[in-house]
Amino acid sequence: MATSDVKLLGAWPSPFALRVHIALNIKSIDYECLEENLLAKSQLLLQSNPVHKKVPVLIHHDKPICESLAIVQYIDEAWSSAPSILPSDPYDRAVARFWAAYIDDKWFPWLNGVANAQGAEAKKAALDQVREGLVVLEEAFGKCSKGKDFFSGDRIGYVDIALGCFLGWVYVAEKRNDVKLLVEDKMPGLAAWANKFCEDGTVKDVMPDKDELLEFANMILEARAKLNASSNN
Amino acid sequence: MAEEVKLFRTWSSPFALRAVWALKIKGIDYETIFEDLSNKSPSLLQYNPVYKKVPVLVHKGKPIAESLVILEYIDETWKQAPLLPEDPHERATARFWAKFGEDKVLTSIWSVFIKQGKEQEEAMVPALENLKFLEEELKGKKFFGGETIGFVDLALGWLGNLISILEEIVGLKVVDGEKFPLLSAWMQDFADAPIIKDNWPPRDRMIVKFQALRDATIAAAAAAATSK
Repeated sequence: MATSDVKLLGAWPSPFALRVHIALNIKSIDYECLEENLLAKSQLLLQSNPVHKKVPVLIHHDKPICESLAIVQYIDEAWSSAPSILPSDPYDRAVARFWAAYIDDKWFPWLNGVANAQGAEAKKAALDQVREGLVVLEEAFGKCSKGKDFFSGDRIGYVDIALGCFLGWVYVAEKRNDVKLLVEDKMPGLAAWANKFCEDGTVKDVMPDKDELLEFANMILEARAKLNASSNN
Repeated sequence: MAEEVKLFRTWSSPFALRAVWALKIKGIDYETIFEDLSNKSPSLLQYNPVYKKVPVLVHKGKPIAESLVILEYIDETWKQAPLLPEDPHERATARFWAKFGEDKVLTSIWSVFIKQGKEQEEAMVPALENLKFLEEELKGKKFFGGETIGFVDLALGWLGNLISILEEIVGLKVVDGEKFPLLSAWMQDFADAPIIKDNWPPRDRMIVKFQALRDATIAAAAAAATSK
């Protein structure tokens, strides 16, 4: 595959773009990374993703693919040689898709909800919900990993990518709220998994620095708070 | 072997319909278990502990939940009458539109139907924008899957039926034949297609159900507004 054929429109803080970086690394694909300024989106982004106007977008042979999990599956199918990202057995694939959908449809909105929660009580409820979700995912990890390092077994796969991309933002929520979400004694499997994930060769060079992410989050959330305060006057 | 495949569903669940259609299109024998959601069976709770919802497909004793996940499982396990195309880019596009239907179209349409007056007018704007994207996607095609029904048609198809029911309840045309000629034609073609047309839940029961749901939602919103 010609290397200039693969472009990723991303943004360094985006966990969804991170999923695609990791998938491309798993397949050892050379790609061009185009960093988007989400406050001043490029024409290429607007043309490639007219429906959502969001990152990530993968452009392969000039054809765009949107939605991070659709992109990850595309990468797995278009570059079908090993290592594979989804398992080969249809039932195992269904289990992997189920958990990725749970992460996107339930757990991530809860994590996102922490920043939006107003007042101490709402914040605590939001954080508790994130933790409850992690307990569900801890159980899933036990069943899926069967004693190995990752949800997919020996190497990073679909569910690892789907969840692992949020680890930086979990850290941000923990620091901003002075709590622990990934609690080692309640979620020993996930706690160990998180370390291995971040250290993995396909992840560590593309994962944003946690403290830079925290600084970014602080800046965004303070700007938003100021905007809300001024619009309420 | 009918005993090998079981589908847990309710009479009205549009998500379960997706699985019904897929199984019938592929000619797979299966056993249906109708659930009463106010009194869920121990089997359902055991097979879908995370959501406790229908549909659940059980194949050789192993459960799969989440209707779009079930559709992909059915497509990968039984290769006849494929639902997803073979080309990876086309598959990614299909997955994109199924997700768009789920995340955006459904919520924006529902928003129109549970609101009234000015709020309803405002809710129409995103709903119509979303429908326009679907209209665009149908250009040059009879179904989202091309000449034949595919994954996206099964993902979105129930929405067409529900829209016509909601339009009747509220007396409001959302998918106007002039503004959305392709989408209107698709809704009709899909509803009348073999297998699809034999499996709609009874329309009169659906009208009663969604009228009640709409009334309850509006009442709850009004109560919440006054208690603030």
